[in-house]
Amino acid sequence: MKEKLVLVGNGMAGVRTLEELLKLDPERYEITVFGAEPWPNYNRIMLSPVLAGEKTVDDIILNDRAWYEENGIALHTGDAVVRIDRAGRKVLTGQGEEVPYDRLLLATGSNPFIIPVPGHDKKGVIGFRDIADVETMLEAAKKYEKAVVIGGGLLGLEAANGLMKNGMDVTVVHLMDILMERQLDAPAANLLKASLEAQGMKFLMETQTSEILGDGRAQGVKFADGSEIEADLVVMAVGIRPNIGLAQAAGIHCERGIVVNDTMQTYDPRIYAVGECVQHRGQTYGLVAPLFEQAKVAANHLAQIGIARYEGSVTSTKLKVTGIDLFSAGEFNEQEGDETLVLQDPGMGSYKKLVVRDNRIKGAVLYGDTIDGTWYFQLLRDGTDISAFRNTILFGQHDLGDAGHGDETRVAALPDDAEICGCNGVCKGEIVDAIVTKGLFTLDDVKAHTKAASSCGSCTGLVESILASTVGEGYDATPSKKPLCGCTEYSHDEIIAGIKEHELKTMDAVRGFFEWKNPDGCAACRPALNYYLLANWPGEYHDDPQSRFINERAHGNIQKDGTYSVVPRLFGGLCTPEQLRAIADVADKYQVPEMKVTGGQRIDLFGVRKEDLPLMWKDLSEAGFVSGHAYGKALRTVKTCAGKNWCRFGTQDSTGLGVRLEELTWGSWMPHKFKLAVSGCPRNCAEATIKDFGVVCVDSGYELHIGGNGGIKVRVTDLLCKVGTEEAVLEYCGAFIQKYREEAHYLERTAPWVERVGFDYVKQAIVDDEAQRKALYERFKYSQQFAQIDPWKAVAEGKDQHEFQPIEITAA
Amino acid sequence: MNNWIEIAALEDIPRLGSRVVKTDTMNVAVFRTRDDQVFALKDECPHKQGPLSQGIVSGTTVTCPLHNWKIDLDSGCATGPDEGCTNAFRTKVENGKVYLSI
Ligand SMILES: Cc1cc2nc3c(=O)[nH]c(=O)nc-3n(C[C@H](O)[C@H](O)[C@H](O)COP(=O)(O)OP(=O)(O)OC[C@H]3O[C@@H](n4cnc5c(N)ncnc54)[C@H](O)[C@@H]3O)c2cc1C
Ligand code: HEM
Ligand code: SF4
Ligand code: SF4
Ligand code: FES
Repeated sequence: MKEKLVLVGNGMAGVRTLEELLKLDPERYEITVFGAEPWPNYNRIMLSPVLAGEKTVDDIILNDRAWYEENGIALHTGDAVVRIDRAGRKVLTGQGEEVPYDRLLLATGSNPFIIPVPGHDKKGVIGFRDIADVETMLEAAKKYEKAVVIGGGLLGLEAANGLMKNGMDVTVVHLMDILMERQLDAPAANLLKASLEAQGMKFLMETQTSEILGDGRAQGVKFADGSEIEADLVVMAVGIRPNIGLAQAAGIHCERGIVVNDTMQTYDPRIYAVGECVQHRGQTYGLVAPLFEQAKVAANHLAQIGIARYEGSVTSTKLKVTGIDLFSAGEFNEQEGDETLVLQDPGMGSYKKLVVRDNRIKGAVLYGDTIDGTWYFQLLRDGTDISAFRNTILFGQHDLGDAGHGDETRVAALPDDAEICGCNGVCKGEIVDAIVTKGLFTLDDVKAHTKAASSCGSCTGLVESILASTVGEGYDATPSKKPLCGCTEYSHDEIIAGIKEHELKTMDAVRGFFEWKNPDGCAACRPALNYYLLANWPGEYHDDPQSRFINERAHGNIQKDGTYSVVPRLFGGLCTPEQLRAIADVADKYQVPEMKVTGGQRIDLFGVRKEDLPLMWKDLSEAGFVSGHAYGKALRTVKTCAGKNWCRFGTQDSTGLGVRLEELTWGSWMPHKFKLAVSGCPRNCAEATIKDFGVVCVDSGYELHIGGNGGIKVRVTDLLCKVGTEEAVLEYCGAFIQKYREEAHYLERTAPWVERVGFDYVKQAIVDDEAQRKALYERFKYSQQFAQIDPWKAVAEGKDQHEFQPIEITAA
Repeated sequence: MNNWIEIAALEDIPRLGSRVVKTDTMNVAVFRTRDDQVFALKDECPHKQGPLSQGIVSGTTVTCPLHNWKIDLDSGCATGPDEGCTNAFRTKVENGKVYLSI
C-alpha cells in the first residue's frame, strides 16, 4: 500500500514540491491535491501581464489537468480544506470530502492585506492576488473610469500599470515618500516615479487612507488629511499576510507564518509546509525563487532521502512593467562603514548603485540599465572579491571582456535567431519558446529541454540571462550553493573538503558518505569524483576508466563521425626531421585522411578508426612520442616562440624553458584543460597572456602571468610576479598548478577560478607564502610520478584492449 | 524465436562499461551494469546516431557521449524530456557467458 500525501493549496510552491517529488520518487505516494481556486496550477507571477493584456489566462497555466491525471494525482479544484484532524490524520473540505493522510503538505500561500478602514468591504474594493481579482479588474475597466491603487510597492505599481493599459485613469496612493521602498533607494524611486508619471500614472505620496466612500459600491477614497478623490475601483496592494488560519486552528505552531525548521517540517512532523504561508528562521518570503528552493528541500524529505536543508535565501526583484527596467537585490541601503559605487546619467534616465563591504557586493539597485543585474546578483551571492575589477564594475560585465563569467549581457537585445548555444545549435527563440510553453524556471530545466548550455557550458551565462529576462525574477537563481549534480545536495567545495578530511578514497566511499541518491552516480559526477580522488590521493586511488568521458578513456578526441584524432606531444613545439618522418610514416600506414598543424604547435592526425588507435600508438611510442593529451582535462601544450637562440629580440631561451616546463607538467590531470606558453620578449608571439600560465621573458628575468584563456570570451592573464631564474619559473608554475588542481571545481578553468577565489588569494598562496609554495610544488612533483605514464604506451602494451577491440560476429 | 549467439565471457565486458559487437549490418553495444545485468542496444543514439557504447553507464542508463541524452538500457528509449528510441536486443548470461539475440 502506498502512503497517502495530501497537498492543501494548489499554488506555485505546493505544486512545485510535487514536481520535485515526482522526479525523485514517482511511486512513493498516492497524492491528493485541494485547491480553493477553480483552476489548475497557474503562474501567479504572470497575472500582471494578463491584467496588462500582454498574456491570456491559458498562457499562464503551468500544469494542466492532464498533467495531474498522467501523474495519478487526484485534483479537487474549487474546494477548500476547512479543517485538519491531526489525531485522526485526515482533512475535511468545504464540500464535505474527507481524505486521510500519512503526510500533509501545507502550501496555502497568503492573502492580500485589506486595510480595515470603514468601507473596506464595499463592492469594488479588492486585492490583487488571483485570477478572480484580475477578472474583477478587467470587468471594472470596461464599465468604469477611475481607479485608485493603495500601495506603491511592486504589486501596486503592476496593478496600476495594468489598469492604465486597460484605459483607466489610475492614481496610486502611497504612505511613504519613496515608491517601492523595500526595493529602491530615493534616487531610483524618483526616476521610476517620473517615468510612470510620463505614462500618465498619478501619485499621492505620503498619504494615508482613512475611508472608502460610496453606498454599496466604492465611489471614492477619503484620506487622513480630509481630502477625497473619486474612485470606481479600489485595489489594495499594501502587503500580504501568510495564510495560516487553517494551520492555527489545527494547533500547529504559527507566528507570522507557519513555523518550519530547515527541513520544511512544521511542529507536527507529519506535516510539512512550503511557500508564502511559511516562516523559516524568522523570515517570510513573497517571491517565488526562495519558495522553489523550499519546494526542493521539502520534496527531498518527502521522498525520504532526508539530506537537503533549506538555509534561507537572498532575493532579487525586478518590476514587470513593460518599458521600465528596474532591478534590486540585497542590502541596497548602505550602513555605516559601507562604500557605495554610483553611476548616474540623468539624460539617459539610468542609475546604478552598488553597496560594497570588504570588496564584496552586499546590495544593488539598478534603474534604466538593468542588464547587469544578474551578474551583480551572482557576485553578491557568491561573495566574490571584486577588487580586481572594481574600477570598471559599474560599466557592466561586457566591459570586462572576460571569460570568467562567460556572460553575454546584452541578451535582451538579441534577435530570436541569434545562436546562443554553439555546441548544440540552439537559438534564442527556441529557448524563449521552451521557457514560455513548458513553464521552465531553472537553468537545469532549460538545459534538459533545449540542450542549451548542456555541453561545453560556456553559454550558461547567456542562458541564465535569457531565463531572467523571460520569466522575470521568478527565475530560480537563488540556490546559495550549487549541488555538484542531481545525485547530491552537496556542492563541489563540500565534497572536495570531505574527501580530504574524511580520507574518502574510493568513489563508493564518497557516494556513501555524502548519501548520493544514485549508487552509480551519473555522467556529470562520475568524472568529477574520479578527478577529485586522483588529485587527492595520487598513487593510492586507481583511475576508473568507466568514469571518464570517452575522449579520456580512448585517449583521443571522438569526432563527429565516430572516428578519433591523434595528437603526439611535441615538447615546446620543437621537432626533428626523424620525428616528422615518423609521424608521416604512421599517417601513411594507417591511411590518415587529414593532417593539420594545430595552434598548439603540434600535428593532429584526423579520422583514425578506433580499432587502429592502439596499433598507431604503438608505432608512435616506439618512435619516442607520448600522448599530447589533446583530448583531456589535462595539461595540453606549452606554446613557445623562437626566443633568444634565433630571434633578434629574444631576451631568454623561451623554447628551452618551454621544453622544461612541458617535461615537468605533461601528463598531469587537471580540473579542466590547461595551457602554457613562453614568449621570449614582451612582443609576446606565443600569446602567453591568454594562457592558464604564461611566461613573458624580459631582460632581467621572467614575468609570470596566470588565469588567462582564449575561447569564446577571451580573458587576459593577471601578472602574478616576476622571478629571476628558470628554476623559480618551474617552482611557481608547479605550485600554481597544484593549487588549482587541489581547489578548483571540476570543469572550472583557471580564469573563472581565479575570479571566484580572488587574485589576491592566489597570489598570497603562491608568491607571499614561500612555505606554502614549496609544499605545493613538492606535492605536484610527487603526484607527477604517477601521472607521467604514457597512456598510449600502456594501451599499446595491452592495457584496456577491450576498449578498442570490437567483438565480430557474422550473420547467424 | 530466439537465435542466441554467444558473444563473450561476462568478464570481457567491464562493469559499468560496454563492448561493441560488430554484425554484418550494424554495431551493437553490449553493456554491463554494476550488478552484472547485461543489456544490448543498437549502437546508435536516437538523437544523432552517437555511439552509445562510448557513453557513461549508470544504473540502467547510458549517457550518450555526443550530447548527453540519457538512454534506458532496457527499452532503448531516451529518458527525461528527450524523445526517441534505438533498437534494444535480448541478452542472457549463462555460466558466465553472454548471449545475444538479434
Ligand atoms: C500579481 C502578482 C505578481 C507577482 N509577481 C511576482 C514576481 O514578479 N516575482 C515573484 O517572484 N513573485 C511574484 N509574485 C509572488 C508569487 O506569485 C508568490 O510568491 C507565489 O505565488 C506564492 O506561492 P504559494 O504556493 O506560496 O502561494 P499561492 O501561489 O498563492 O498558492 C496558494 C494556493 O492555495 C490555495 N489555498 C489557500 N488555502 C487553501 C485551503 N484551505 N484549501 C485549499 N486551497 C487553499 C489558494 O487559493 C492558492 O491557490 C506575484 C504575486 C502576485 C499576486
Ligand atoms: C571554449 C571551448 C573550446 C572547445 C570546446 C574546444 C575544443 C577543442 C577540440 C574538440 C579540439 C580538438 C580537435 C581535435 O584534435 O580533435 C581542440 C583543439 C585545440 N584547441 Fe580548442 N576548444 C576550445 C577553446 C580553445 C581556445 C580558447 C583555444 C586557444 C586559445 C583553443 C586552442 C586549441 C588548440 C591550439 C587546439 C589544438 C590541439 C592541440 O594541439 O592540443 N581552444 N579544441
Ligand atoms: S616573443 Fe619576442 S623573442 Fe619571441 S619570437 Fe616574438 S619577438 Fe622574438
Ligand atoms: S576545433 Fe575548436 S574551434 Fe574548431 S570547430 Fe572544434 S571546437 Fe570549434
Ligand atoms: S547523438 Fe546522442 S545525444 Fe546527440
